[in-house]
Amino acid sequence: MTLPQTLFDKLWSAHVVETLPDGAAILFIDRHLVHEVTSPQAFEGLRSAGRRVRRPDCTLAVADHNVPTSKGRVGAEADSVLQLKTLEDNVAAFGVPYIPINDPRQGIVHVIGPELGVSLPGMTIVCGDSHTSTHGALGALAFGIGTSEVEHVLATQTLIQSKPRSMRITVKGRLAKGVSAKDLALHIIAEIGTAGGTGCVIEYAGEAVRGLDMAGRMTLCNMSIEAGARAGLVAPDEITFAYLEGRPMAPQGAAFEEAVAYWRTLPSDPGARFDREVVVAAADVAPMVTWGTSPEAAAPINGGVPNIVSPDEERALEYMALRPGQSLAGAPVDVVFIGSCTNGRIEDIREVARVAQGRTVAEGVRALVVPGSGLVKAQAEAEGLDRILLEAGFEWREAGCSMCLGMNPDRLTPGQRCASTSNRNFEGRQGPGGRTHLMSPAMAAAAAVTGRITDVRELC
Amino acid sequence: MEAFTTLTAVAAPLPAANIDTDKIIPARFLKTIKRSGLGAHLFDGLRYTQDGAERPDFVLNQPAYRQAEILIAHENFGCGSSREHAAWALLDFGIRCVIAPSFADIFHGNALKNGILPIALPRAVCDALMQDAAMGDNARISVDLERQVVIRPSGETISFALDPMRRHFLLNGLDDIGQTLQHATSIAAFEEKRASDKPWWPPIPEL
Repeated sequence: MTLPQTLFDKLWSAHVVETLPDGAAILFIDRHLVHEVTSPQAFEGLRSAGRRVRRPDCTLAVADHNVPTSKGRVGAEADSVLQLKTLEDNVAAFGVPYIPINDPRQGIVHVIGPELGVSLPGMTIVCGDSHTSTHGALGALAFGIGTSEVEHVLATQTLIQSKPRSMRITVKGRLAKGVSAKDLALHIIAEIGTAGGTGCVIEYAGEAVRGLDMAGRMTLCNMSIEAGARAGLVAPDEITFAYLEGRPMAPQGAAFEEAVAYWRTLPSDPGARFDREVVVAAADVAPMVTWGTSPEAAAPINGGVPNIVSPDEERALEYMALRPGQSLAGAPVDVVFIGSCTNGRIEDIREVARVAQGRTVAEGVRALVVPGSGLVKAQAEAEGLDRILLEAGFEWREAGCSMCLGMNPDRLTPGQRCASTSNRNFEGRQGPGGRTHLMSPAMAAAAAVTGRITDVRELC
Repeated sequence: MEAFTTLTAVAAPLPAANIDTDKIIPARFLKTIKRSGLGAHLFDGLRYTQDGAERPDFVLNQPAYRQAEILIAHENFGCGSSREHAAWALLDFGIRCVIAPSFADIFHGNALKNGILPIALPRAVCDALMQDAAMGDNARISVDLERQVVIRPSGETISFALDPMRRHFLLNGLDDIGQTLQHATSIAAFEEKRASDKPWWPPIPEL
């Protein structure tokens, strides 16, 4: 009898092409998502070595990081225009499927992968972006890679990888009302630390995780990298299959049934052994807000900045213009950013609209809502959410990474304080000198309408 | 990739944990389509004021450390974004080795693929090396990859571990793609088996 296997073990062994003498594996890659920022040097490498893209039919390119989200996509700097053109030239030269910037399916690579059915359970999925962990929500082994590895996958459709360790985080019980997947992610990172998952693939399990919809599972897996993990995973189940059925690039009809039959074999076997187990009580999770410059510096909204901090944290507090022991509720914000691969899906925008309905954005606050994809935008508009948001005084923008990363024109200016649904509160992440507080979409919406960091539960 | 064998150089102390890749190279400098030239923006936010003047208190702006080829830092160096630009910026500045108690996974891989040696040593050892580094131009730290040792200015040697395959690649300046393509037959066989075992596995159509 074979030993019980984890979901991760099954995904791994199904993709080993060859085991090398030192134990590392040549791992086959089913899906390679390519964007404009981390690919130019990889294509250049192929070109100079005279190599081709081995499997264009496993590759999909889109521009997301370095594109304006303004109406008409105006305002790009010359080097951004060149970077986008370089991607377009490269996909044409190497025959890679590409979703152009003006295509309604364009969007953040980690939003469109699942949305189009490109990302599927049982696959290995890579992209030159650390938040590739998002796709693990489908029960796929998905992780971020550097540009040398992008070139490696383009040339060989494989990667050389040593098998990471496994960790299971079991979330017992159910999340309380007003508490979201983002709060759970921040709670977990605060608990295990920003390097707590280093060298590991995390499988999220337990009642609270099973109870999340696909958007919530994607938010949770997305933030795995902020705990240092290689990847996050949620076992595929009926919620996964229902989400995928009918997606344009997923298998259709009988092929879909065949796929589901295979996907049902993937969840971890009873008794499967993990290298590390962590148990979290869902009842302990409250709406979370970060106070420092690392995602682990997060506290419940009814808590605050710790009284005693390390020298690194002291420096972070100086950057954030906060004091030890200070309450987070009530801190005034200048900007609210709702979007990103963490929280730019239709479910997130519905949450924001629910809070915004009948309210207005506080005076002096700039509030941006940036759909994760053109299809998310169209869906929101079909539901009338854009009207609610525009009437409340939010900006309703085109799809892209926007203010998550301080690269395209959407940036904070020095000293601005931002309530953000993105994933990183690093120094300067949203623009030089910008101060980021990570939180859920509902909490960010509450900050927008009150002008201060606010417990959204008080508005419901 | 340039091979890494031995290095004797000034080391710059950077006593902070969780030095993320946004700190190493902010996203606004990632618009380049080249690998070179990023050294000017290495640690941009720490190194320059918002009007572009050098911050004299930042270690790499101090005369003794302008030629540093080794960095000593605290835990979880290189966390955050997968941007290989972080490794390219370090390399372009002249850094060939980073010593820290731990590294984030993606950065660790990116460094190795660019001929930068990441050495993980216990915090207490890093703190001792940090003190050596504080002597600035008056001290040199040596790294010998063949022997897998760091040599302090005092002559004390400290062993470090590295994955044997990565060590081999680094010592010989080998590029991964060339090595993997030697296994092209296995890859083709895998692809064929995949196509017959899982015929429903959908290709991405031409768009």
